[in-house]
Amino acid sequence: MHELPQQLANGLALGALYGLIAIGYTMVYGIVQLINFAHGEIFMIGGFGALSAYAILPTGTSLLIAIPVMIIGGAITSVAVACAAERFAYRPLRSAPRLAPLITAIGLSIALQQLVWQFYPDAKKAVSFPEFKGAAFKITDSLAIQRADLFVLILAPLCMLALGVFVQKSRSGRAMQATAQDPDTAKLMGINTDRIIVMAFAIGAAFAAVAAVAYGLDKGQINFEMGFILGLKAFTAAVLGGIGNIYGAMVGGVVLGLAEALSIAYIEEIPGMQQLGGGAWSNVWAFVLLIVVLLVRPQGLLGERVADRA
Amino acid sequence: MRHRSLLILTTVITTGALTLTACGSRDGGSKDNSGGKKTVVVIGVDAPLTGSLSALGQGIKNSVDLAAKTANKNNEVPGIEFKVEALDDQAVPASGQANATKLVGNKDVVGVVGPLNSGVAQQMQGVFASAKLAQVSPANTNPALSQGDNWGKGEFKRGFDTYFRTAATDVVQGKFAAQYLFKDAGKKKVFIVDDKQTYGAGLAAIFADEFKKLGGEVAGTDHVTVKETDFSSTADKVKSSGADSVYFGGQYPEGGLLADQIKKTGANVPLMGGDGIQDPAFISASGEANEGDLATSIGYPVEKLDTAKKFIEDYKAEGYKDPYAAYGGYSYDAGWAVIQAVKAVVAANSGKLPDDARAKVVEALGKVSFEGVTGKVAFDQYGDTTNKQLTVYKVEGGKWVDVKSDTFNQ
Repeated sequence: MHELPQQLANGLALGALYGLIAIGYTMVYGIVQLINFAHGEIFMIGGFGALSAYAILPTGTSLLIAIPVMIIGGAITSVAVACAAERFAYRPLRSAPRLAPLITAIGLSIALQQLVWQFYPDAKKAVSFPEFKGAAFKITDSLAIQRADLFVLILAPLCMLALGVFVQKSRSGRAMQATAQDPDTAKLMGINTDRIIVMAFAIGAAFAAVAAVAYGLDKGQINFEMGFILGLKAFTAAVLGGIGNIYGAMVGGVVLGLAEALSIAYIEEIPGMQQLGGGAWSNVWAFVLLIVVLLVRPQGLLGERVADRA
Repeated sequence: MRHRSLLILTTVITTGALTLTACGSRDGGSKDNSGGKKTVVVIGVDAPLTGSLSALGQGIKNSVDLAAKTANKNNEVPGIEFKVEALDDQAVPASGQANATKLVGNKDVVGVVGPLNSGVAQQMQGVFASAKLAQVSPANTNPALSQGDNWGKGEFKRGFDTYFRTAATDVVQGKFAAQYLFKDAGKKKVFIVDDKQTYGAGLAAIFADEFKKLGGEVAGTDHVTVKETDFSSTADKVKSSGADSVYFGGQYPEGGLLADQIKKTGANVPLMGGDGIQDPAFISASGEANEGDLATSIGYPVEKLDTAKKFIEDYKAEGYKDPYAAYGGYSYDAGWAVIQAVKAVVAANSGKLPDDARAKVVEALGKVSFEGVTGKVAFDQYGDTTNKQLTVYKVEGGKWVDVKSDTFNQ
């Protein structure tokens, strides 16, 4: 068990990444009850936007300057795509049956992947992404934290804090809460609900771009397919934490990340469970956990605080 | 009304996306050079032309295309015009099966080159066998495809007499890798990871058997899931196991990430894999940390073979957008084998393509023998290549450099 701290650190970093992406699912669901399956692709496009921004910088730019530029570049790209998707694909379907926007989201997801594949230079296979140079930070003998992991572990709580303050305190944030509770009444009270919905998409996309930069810095590569599995995992995290609840997304992400890391490391050490452990089964255990949580708490770990409309 | 127009828009976008996928997967053969009444014969190609393995798939498609063009230019088979129909399987077994059905349905197809993945081949074999259509894979390495499911127990039974391949099997490759790692590299304690696919799991199992037989120790095993990207937990297991090397059965997208993440834990051990990771993308896509990693690949390095010089020149002259990649030479030879089989069939039928051309081509393929890009091309009684040359490559200075080439004999 001496590697436990290391596996916990791995799980936390992975979970924080899931959480950042899950914000996008949960914000949009909280306000328009739409599961935006194209969000994984918004994340992927954020990564490519960030890489383009990096390419514009002169070679040899320090990462300290490059990272903010990449985050801004990625966020601009992903927010633009998310807002365009909302305006042209989802808004016209807002009063249509729920399945129509869902299918649209899936179609959009395929289209976005294919567009990047076709038009981004060299994107037909994984593309190199700038990486942190230098060794991991050694905390103890059995615990070393990668620079990129540290980056996401610091950035994710900061982003969450900023979002929490924004939603609770600002005028737009309160308008957002009102729209989530009852869009019609909110509209009657003079809230521009269309603007609020666009804002929800944009915030989710910006968080996805931050996640994409963190992902790229960690893995040293991005590819056009990366949004699919990560998007699915983030969606799972959002449901686990209670879809519609922004803190739930982060909690769900961390729980999912820890469950994966620990199941890879320890399930096979339980006597008689050797065949059911390791990386092959980590997804199975993650979903077993999801099912157990949903059986006990159908609304997810933190639940949606807002009562669902009839 | 707004809904309807929107639906139309979505449909258009989706259709557009699908059309983009189809783009570039078809090559209009050149019809102009004869003018006479040439019989058109189609060589089908099935490979992942899109997706993360597209680098390999495009190389396969182009190389077969080059073989067909060369045959047409040289008038290799008088009276026959070769064309290529390339279909995309995205490395998905079900797509491969659908493509196989489609190729069988096209009466002009007399032989198929492909697929890349052993798992895809499994789904295609039955379709081709019942249509008596020959299939030559340039890249499948799983032994069961030609020698039957019980090959491991020493019972060899050819399941499908329409299946041939120009690639050496994993038995050869896995054992060769184990011998190199144990004897030449001096590693005694290996951690084995595979990706649960037909190719990767098969290769890893053969490697493990041979490594243990030689006296090495397996420090631990784990599996990864294809298309996942975070293997840090597995990497830490490698580190704490104290292994001095890692063997990975799988493809380069996961292999590159795994190698990188293992190095990042501070465990300074080389990762070795099969031909699935021997691709520039393995190195380029995962930072700088791959120095010293190893891979086996089938055949001698194409660049070093005298027989391959013309192939490389011709390939460059055609100006294909993607490089010929790891399987270009084998794909060219596979395509050329089909062409040679057609030649034999046509010659035996007084210069005309017989009505039962497909069955005749299958028969002729078994007897094909010529000097190809990768050496002598011929097939044994199971449809496997008789060419058992292998090479070990090592990452040095950010490139795959060949360190040992040898002919394998059990």
